[in-house]
Amino acid sequence: MPPVAALDPQSSFVQVCYIVSFSLFILGIRRGTHPTTAKQGNLIAATGMAIAVATTLALKGIGNWGLIAIGIVAGSVVGAVASRRVQMTAMPQMVALYNGVGGGAVALIAWAEFRHELALGGDIPLDTFVPTLFSMVIGSISFWGSNIAFGKLQGLISGQPMKIPGQQVINAVLLGGIIAACIVLGIDHNSSPSQGLFIAVLIAAAILGNLFVLPIGGADMPVVISLLNAFTGLSAAAAGIELDNVALIVGGTLVGSSGTILTLAMATAMNRSVPNILFAGFGALPAGGVATEERPVTSIGPQDAAIKLAYADSVVIVPGYGMAVAQAQHAVKEMADELTKRGVNVAYAIHPVAGRMPGHMNVLLAEADVSYEKLKEMDEINPEMPHTDVAVVIGANDVTNPAAKDDPNSPIAGMPIIEVDEAQQVIVIKRSLSPGFAGIDNDLFYHPKTSMLFSDAKQAAADIAAEIEDL
Amino acid sequence: MPLITEITIFVLAAFVGFEVISKVPTTLHTPLMSQTNAIHGIVLLGGLIVVGLSDFWLDNLIGTIAIFFGTINIVGGFMVTDRMLGMFVRKPKKEEPPEGSGDDAGDAGAE
Repeated sequence: MPPVAALDPQSSFVQVCYIVSFSLFILGIRRGTHPTTAKQGNLIAATGMAIAVATTLALKGIGNWGLIAIGIVAGSVVGAVASRRVQMTAMPQMVALYNGVGGGAVALIAWAEFRHELALGGDIPLDTFVPTLFSMVIGSISFWGSNIAFGKLQGLISGQPMKIPGQQVINAVLLGGIIAACIVLGIDHNSSPSQGLFIAVLIAAAILGNLFVLPIGGADMPVVISLLNAFTGLSAAAAGIELDNVALIVGGTLVGSSGTILTLAMATAMNRSVPNILFAGFGALPAGGVATEERPVTSIGPQDAAIKLAYADSVVIVPGYGMAVAQAQHAVKEMADELTKRGVNVAYAIHPVAGRMPGHMNVLLAEADVSYEKLKEMDEINPEMPHTDVAVVIGANDVTNPAAKDDPNSPIAGMPIIEVDEAQQVIVIKRSLSPGFAGIDNDLFYHPKTSMLFSDAKQAAADIAAEIEDL
Repeated sequence: MPLITEITIFVLAAFVGFEVISKVPTTLHTPLMSQTNAIHGIVLLGGLIVVGLSDFWLDNLIGTIAIFFGTINIVGGFMVTDRMLGMFVRKPKKEEPPEGSGDDAGDAGAE
């Protein structure tokens, strides 16, 4: 169909196009690390992608235009509509889903490639065969794992860790079986049962992907999504080796290494190691004895909260996942505006793992027009806490739990927290006393200087804003 | 391409990825993850090659689904990243004069 559709895949022109496109990826990611250039960086990377796709479409011998058109048009429509419609709060799930389909694409390509090599007859060279198996297994794990992560964040599956007895053993056996089957396939893939064995590996990898993510609690999902993102990148790089495509190798590897860094950064912020997150089943720990005791809490209404806030000099707002769930960011911003009008100094304290992804809170607050300068990172705000009159915790839980500092036996011991307990007064807006994703009780709720406002975050923020206005 | 060349490219690209990404303000973690997520949609090329060069129905079916998935990954990934970043860029200009304020915001984010 295209007039120039006759480029030799090995020609310099094609290679140069691919080099231009992966250079644009690198530039795009680099720009993406700075707030003022990030949007431009995204466009640069997208341009690189367009060049890579256009070049591939112009390769010699490419046919089946009808099918290609169907895939691209349908995919574009679904991708575009989904990305326009998704609520900002559901962003992490969306990333998990996009990551999943990427992994699925890798696994399918590996399968087709394996069939293609078999059909060619003769011996499949190991340097094609090994990456094919690798990309198929990892792509499949990533596809199913991401779907489970999506299900957990979307609330389709319980966010609680799901453990079955002997889970680790089953996973180990599955992984061992996959590797053994791969070795068998590597030695002899020309005999007739190899196609069946290949599909068995595909299915085993799918089960492993499910079992791998199911036992991990919802609080750890950001780390898991980031890790699966890196996995998909690596599998794409392996697909690049099997297809001799330099753009795929570099693009996939860039994602693999960046995803790894992000995963480590998130795990560090939670003061936990990646193996610990993946294999320990965080929330599966029984809640400590303290949690079962009935302890008194101070409960207040919006009017009292409004008075406390309006007559303070400085207020720090600590948002968490509850704010995201309640879509409360605009209401919170209005409340903060009312306070600012009265001369109260308002800042937002953002814990690195508040919400379901790093930067989750920043995205939401940015959507509500809260300016950058008011968003303070944990290390910046903690020293100011003792001079803060009122800390308002909106839908955050574990990231404010003083047990992380005080109780060495707590499951979250050592995790850095926003030290709201250092502030003069604390208002916690929360629907109930139920524990957060770590599944442990929060001592903060029972602290003498803490007042609990039991309400939906959006409703509470709107009520407080109205009360402040009336004062 | 010889395998050893491909491994060389792989290793160098891994280091580039580490270096390019290492200093990122928390603010940008989600958009950046989303952007890199879109970039691995490059596997679409594999789907195009599979479908473009094959003439057996099963390969065509597998490949077309791969193209569909890869395109969702790319289009959705870049668009959703653009949407997230659109919210960041607009802000500083609103509150202060456009000149210089963008840089201030950037520094604040990078701390």
